[in-house]
Amino acid sequence: MKVLVSVKRVVDYNVKVRVKSDGSGVDIANVKMSMNPFDEIAIEEAVRLKEKGVVTEVIAVSCGVTQCQETLRTAMAIGADRAILVETAVELQPLAVAKLLKALIDKEQPGLIILGKQAIDDDCNQTGQMLAALADLPQGTFASKVEIVDGKANITREVDGGSETVSLTLPAVITTDLRLNEPRYVTLPNIMKAKKKPLETFTPEALGVDVSPRIKTLKVVEPPKRSAGIKVPDVATLVAKLKTEAKVI
Amino acid sequence: MTVLVIAEHDNASIKGATLNTVTAALQCGGDVHVLVAGSNAGAAAAAAAQIGGVAKVLHADGDGFAHGLAENVAAQVVAVAASYSHILFAATASGKNVAPRVAAKLDVGQISDITKVDSADTFERPIYAGNAIATVQSQDATKVLTVRTTGFDPAAATGGGAAVEVLTSVGASAQATFVGSEIAKNDRPELTAAKIIVSGGRALGSSEKFMDVMTPLADKLGAALGASRAAVDAGYAPNDWQVGQTGKIVAPQLYIAAGISGAIQHLAGMKDSKVIVAINKDPEAPIFSVADYGLEADLFVAVPELVAAL
Repeated sequence: MKVLVSVKRVVDYNVKVRVKSDGSGVDIANVKMSMNPFDEIAIEEAVRLKEKGVVTEVIAVSCGVTQCQETLRTAMAIGADRAILVETAVELQPLAVAKLLKALIDKEQPGLIILGKQAIDDDCNQTGQMLAALADLPQGTFASKVEIVDGKANITREVDGGSETVSLTLPAVITTDLRLNEPRYVTLPNIMKAKKKPLETFTPEALGVDVSPRIKTLKVVEPPKRSAGIKVPDVATLVAKLKTEAKVI
Repeated sequence: MTVLVIAEHDNASIKGATLNTVTAALQCGGDVHVLVAGSNAGAAAAAAAQIGGVAKVLHADGDGFAHGLAENVAAQVVAVAASYSHILFAATASGKNVAPRVAAKLDVGQISDITKVDSADTFERPIYAGNAIATVQSQDATKVLTVRTTGFDPAAATGGGAAVEVLTSVGASAQATFVGSEIAKNDRPELTAAKIIVSGGRALGSSEKFMDVMTPLADKLGAALGASRAAVDAGYAPNDWQVGQTGKIVAPQLYIAAGISGAIQHLAGMKDSKVIVAINKDPEAPIFSVADYGLEADLFVAVPELVAAL
């Protein structure tokens, strides 16, 4: 069984982005880019399934600009066997990415597709669910545990108030939550090995997918700033302030 | 123009997040209908009919809806979608699970986590962990939205008198089966609806100390308990207590952060709270930059003192 994992190149989670002064977006020139943390968890899970002998091949996919190749090399350094880049300079929205992945599912016929639950740049949390819908597959979103037993995927999902378990027929789409696993550190020998692994490139046109954006960004602004508060010397002062000034207790 | 809100419910009653979603729906303009897809969910449908501003309730009943499986709920929504200009879900675990499935089936883009309705096709939403607010316009005929509940006041739960129309329900998918759930029972307010939240960080040091120190404060204030990602990752607090970009987004009247340094991902989840109190030993902790009242102190001393003083 093959597993397809999608990885997105995003602004590193440690970077505090700045809004451009003309309100057209955030400034991502010259900032550090990394693999979306949830996608790192997705690759790790796929590689662990391969190490357990559950899957035979891990294919990493990224959609976007040429530099996504770096993200794919990282995925292969974690343990993906090969990579596919769908290259385009067009701004890709979740529906477009889901359509591209659907086209690759048709080509590759994977038994499992694993994605991060959300990207930390646009915070959409859509692509996995959209892909499942387009491919008419069941979905196990926000997974904190994945078990493949008797041709089914048993997924423990994080939900409001606790967790729930669903059983899905294969193929199935899984999206990862934070506690699914802790991704390994990539080692130098594995980075070297990853450079030799195959990386195929397609264009959206070659896959027959229209990726034009459906949602137009009119402007991007900074959120309202909280005005700086005060330091209180002790608990008694804090309680007094909360009672008489803030009036919240 | 008619707007459809997908109710979040437990088959017996409507969950609070639905009320905030109805408010957002009313701001989109037009009549607001509420869909209750459940199993023996007559009581929930009746409760939905009571919500202020709701013109009609659609009730679909079937075994496949008992646990809100996305495959089944999305199919039911798609079955009625043609009559609606907007389809709104609360941005909760359940709404986030189902909404994109509906959008993709309708071949429309989805706008997640809206915090403001500017017009029938233009909405505001936070991006980059709330470090920027984007104003976006949908180019699609049907708008599929998820609503950040902290951005909208709840609609009145009672006082409405909408008619309930029973729908033919779609069949259950054979691809997904509900196996079981582990939902923690507690008497505290729900995190996303609480007026007061007390939240603990990695400085608590262990699950035992987290409970020993934080629980009495929550009890005293009638507060919900939250935690930072660091505390949850370390196993000091359950997963669903996590407040932040990828956890719960909260905006209580009072948020007390004890031993939380204040990573931007945590601030993204709580900086819209009305009053923020930070208790931290480290004078440089970033949490102080958003706190209305900062107390530079050892939480193991200050929190018990606070419990005693309240």
